[in-house]
This record gives sequence, C-alpha cells and structure tokens, in this order.
Amino acid sequence: MSTAASLHQNRKRKNAVMMTLCVVAAGIGLAWLALILGALLYKGLSGVNLAVFTEMTPPPGDAGGLLNAIYGSIVMTIIGIVVGTPIGVLAGTYMAEYGRFSKLTTVVRFINDILLSAPSIIIGLFVYELMVRPMGHFSAIAGAVALSILVIPVVVRTTEDMLNLVPNALREAGAAIGAPRWVVIRSVAYRAALSGIVTGILLAIARISGETAPLLFTALNNQFWSSNLNAPMASLPVTIFQFALSPYEEWQQLAWTGALIITLTVLGLSIIARSLTGRREDR
Amino acid sequence: MTAVSDAATSSALRTREATVRRFAFTDMAFRTATRLSAILVLVLLGGVAISLVTGSWEALSKFGFSFLTTESWNPVTENFGALAPIYGTIVTSAIAILIAVPIGIGIAVFLTELCPRPLRRPIGIAVELLAGIPSIIYGIWGLFVFAPFLQTTIQPFVIWLFKGIPGLNSLFAGPPYGIGLLTSSMILAIMVLPFITSITKDVFDTVPAVLKESAYGIGCTTWEVTRRVTIPYTRVGIMGGVMLGLGRALGETMAVTFVIGNAHRISASLFAPGTTISATIANEFTEADGDLYTSSLVSLGLILFIITFIILALARYMLLRIDSRTGA
Repeated sequence: MSTAASLHQNRKRKNAVMMTLCVVAAGIGLAWLALILGALLYKGLSGVNLAVFTEMTPPPGDAGGLLNAIYGSIVMTIIGIVVGTPIGVLAGTYMAEYGRFSKLTTVVRFINDILLSAPSIIIGLFVYELMVRPMGHFSAIAGAVALSILVIPVVVRTTEDMLNLVPNALREAGAAIGAPRWVVIRSVAYRAALSGIVTGILLAIARISGETAPLLFTALNNQFWSSNLNAPMASLPVTIFQFALSPYEEWQQLAWTGALIITLTVLGLSIIARSLTGRREDR
Repeated sequence: MTAVSDAATSSALRTREATVRRFAFTDMAFRTATRLSAILVLVLLGGVAISLVTGSWEALSKFGFSFLTTESWNPVTENFGALAPIYGTIVTSAIAILIAVPIGIGIAVFLTELCPRPLRRPIGIAVELLAGIPSIIYGIWGLFVFAPFLQTTIQPFVIWLFKGIPGLNSLFAGPPYGIGLLTSSMILAIMVLPFITSITKDVFDTVPAVLKESAYGIGCTTWEVTRRVTIPYTRVGIMGGVMLGLGRALGETMAVTFVIGNAHRISASLFAPGTTISATIANEFTEADGDLYTSSLVSLGLILFIITFIILALARYMLLRIDSRTGA
C-alpha cells in the first residue's frame, strides 16, 4: 500500500518537475525575444531623429544619417521581389496545377526545400561567380539578383501550398462552364489562394530586407548616394555590419538605429503576413 | 433564308474555332511558362553547384585533399587549409543543437499540452518571430549586449568553477574574451530554436488523439504520455526538425561573424575565439587579393554547400516520411 502510494507520489512529482521545465523552456524562448527587442529599442531609439532619414552615411567620427543605405535596401528589395515573385508563383502554379502528380514536381519540391534553407552566403558566392566576376565590378543589380534567388523558394513554397488548399470542386465548376485551364487557374485558383500567395510574398520581403551575407560581395557598399544599378550600392544590413564593427561611436549608434529600423520593418511584415493567413484559418 | 442562317452558323463556328484555338494556344503558353519556371528552380541549384566547383578548382587542384586537413590559413604565403573553419562550424553547430533541442521540445510540449488555449497562438507566434529577426540583429546584439554580459559574469565564474577539474579546465580555459566559440553556439541556439520548436509542435499535432487518450485512460501523467507516446510516435519528424535546425546553424553567417572572433586556429577551450566557414567567407572575401585566396574561400563555400546539402536532404527525407504516414 505504502509502496503503491509512494510510486504514485513519485510519478506525480516527476510529472510536475518535467512540466515545470517545459514552462521554463517557453519562458526562456519568450525572454530571449524580449531581451533582444528591449536592447534594440533601448539602444536604437535614442538615435532616431530626422537626420537618419535625410542625411547620407557619414565619414568616420561624424554625425549623419542612413538615407543612401535605406534607399539602396528599398531599391534592391523591390527589384529582387519583382524578379523573383513571378518565377516563384509560376513554378508553384506548375507544381499545384499542371504537374501536381508529375515526377518533376516531386523533384522540384525537394530541391526547392533545400534552396529554402540553403546558406544565403552560398547564394552570394554563386552570384559573385555568375555576375560580379564576368562584369568585373560589384553592382547593385548583382545584389538584387542574389536577393531574387532568395525570394524564389519562399514564394514557390507558399504558392504551391496555398493552391493545393483550393478545393477541386471550384476548378471543376470553372471547367464545367467551358473555361480553359489557364482561365480557371487565373480567375478561380489564384483568386481563392490570393491571401496566401500575398502572405508568401510578404514573408519573402521580410526575409530579404534583412539579408546581409548575399549582399556583401555582390552589391558591396557605398558611402555616397548612388542610384546607378551598375555600381556598388549601400544597403541597410551591410552598413550596419560595417558600422557596428567600427570603433567610432557615431557609427555604432547609427548601426543600432538601422538595426531597429530593419527589425521593426521585418516584424511588422511578418505580423501582417500572419494575420492574413490567420483570418483564413478562422473562416 | 437557309443560306443566310448557314452563313451565320458557319461564321459562328469559325469564330468559335478560332477562340478555342486561341484558348488552347494560351493554355499551352501558360503551361510552358509555369513548367520552365519550375525547371528554373532545378537549374538554380545546379548553377550554384557548378559555379562553386569551377570557382574552387584552382585552390582544390593546388592543395588537393590536404586542404581539408591543414590548419594553417596564411594569405601572405598563400598557404590555405580549411581545418580550422570546418572545426569551428561543426563545434558551434553541434553545441547549438545540444542547447536548442531540449528547449525546443520543451516549448512544443508546453504549447501542445499545457498552454491555455487562448495563449497558444500568441506564444507560438512570438517564438516564430524569433525566426523572423534578421541574423545581423542577433550579431549586433550578441556583440554589444550578450558577449560583454558573458565576459563579466558567466565566463569568469565557469573558469573558476572548473579550474581544478582535469578535462573540463581546458575546455573552459580563460581568459574570458566574451566572444568565442561558446558565445557563437549560444547565439546559434537562439536562432535555430524557432525552427525546431515549430516543426516539433507540428509533428506533435499529428499524434492521433486516441493514442494519447488511451494512455491517459490507463492513468498516465502528462509527462509519461509525452515521453512514452508522443515522442516515440513523432521521433522521425523531430529528427527532421533537428536536422533542419542543424542545416540552418551550419550555414548561419552574420550572427556568427560578429561574435566568433575570426581566429584561424583550433583551441581546446570553448571560450577561445575561432572561426567558421561562413564567417571566414564573410570577413575575408572582399579583401581577398590573388586568385588563389579567392578560390580557397570559394572552396570553403563548396564544402559548406556539400555539408548543408546532405544535412538538409536528410531532414527533408525524414519529414517526408512522417508526412506520408499521416497521409496514409
């Protein structure tokens, strides 16, 4: 009787210990997020002023802003998205619509998943060999191409997943009134999967707007204003990298402010993206 | 009368035929465009592999197999070996996984078994937001906040604690720089945590409720259900998630570049600065003068590509297995 009771006690105690550890683990996860965001706000906010958005990156030891870096980031992100999204959406369309059961789809899905998690610095090396070396110089367009290669797998994945969720009855209804397949895809499948596909694009923007490694030796950096796509261009992440590792206090402050800007942008985009799909699930 | 209607039908037929032909043509064009885009994904990966091989050819043909086993990395004498970065990459990733797996599984258990339902989604999203933070943010945070904290509190204490214990005292030998292998591992652990958590949570959700309920029905505690039913049932999926996290950790660049110290040597102490493959490339590529130097860095990239490709392929294979089981 007493051994049975103590066994019961033991199991209950063990359960309590393990479950407490699980709660602690969740606490640790949340604490990290809070610590990082807290430090960013604390160090970054003090540097936020109008000059950040209106002045160029300064020479060492001077005050200045991040205008050319912000501009460069926006330009390269937009080109990356404009180039990468159509390819990604079309590839995802093939996988979910025309070739849902083909061998090609299985292979592409596997390779795409690997590209999705492949180290981004490898993509940087690839674009360096592909564009920078033949052209003989670093350029913004090479940086944008590197970013577009990062966009493609994200968009392919979400497009395929979202199109697969569209009920077949909808497609059959479209086909039954005589619409050819591409019209069914365009007017029925895309429309039904629209919020999901937009989510994928937002997630892709969130991903590439903070990417540093693929830009390091494609777009390089530029201390001055440049809108020439064929020349090196500054970007926010690379500028943060350079400024944070410098010994100058003004540069480090700008790095923190830039880090805050990027993080808020990225987190904002992912929260919008999630709320789009969240509504979907509730329906 | 009949002639007129005949003409009308035949012209209607003609326009209908033309429309159908136009539809068929557009459909074929659209189909080809989608197919080509899908093939482009394959071409991209192939192109990455080919460009890395051609780029690394010069260094690999000069150093041969000894590239993998040489520790020295000397741009002045142009003698390059990949051993130190490979060592740093593997050690930091392995420790990161050791730290992240128990925490990740713990969070997944918390989210599936313990968390009150209204809190589930917000907490899940918060953990996944960790995955969305760009790696350079982890880097700047690690360098300016985390490393000084470790340097002044944890590291001196650990060095003092293990001073008299053989083995451990060389593993945790000073001086406490703050930056180094262990700091990088801890930053990496935070970065891969969301990947492991979200996949573990997803595979936990695939466990049939009837299995768990029957275990609860014979009086199991929550922990026993997790330990004896949920984890064994989802073992392959968890492994897949862990491998995916490992793939991320191996290739992670910017965060590590900030806090590893970028020293081309292999030290027994985890507090010592070291380097990883990706950090070496990020730090030195634009400054590399000479084709052999650049080519050696591309060779490092090729090695990293091969390692991550194998790990990620294994991860996908394992996750596919659990997918097909829930599909069946």
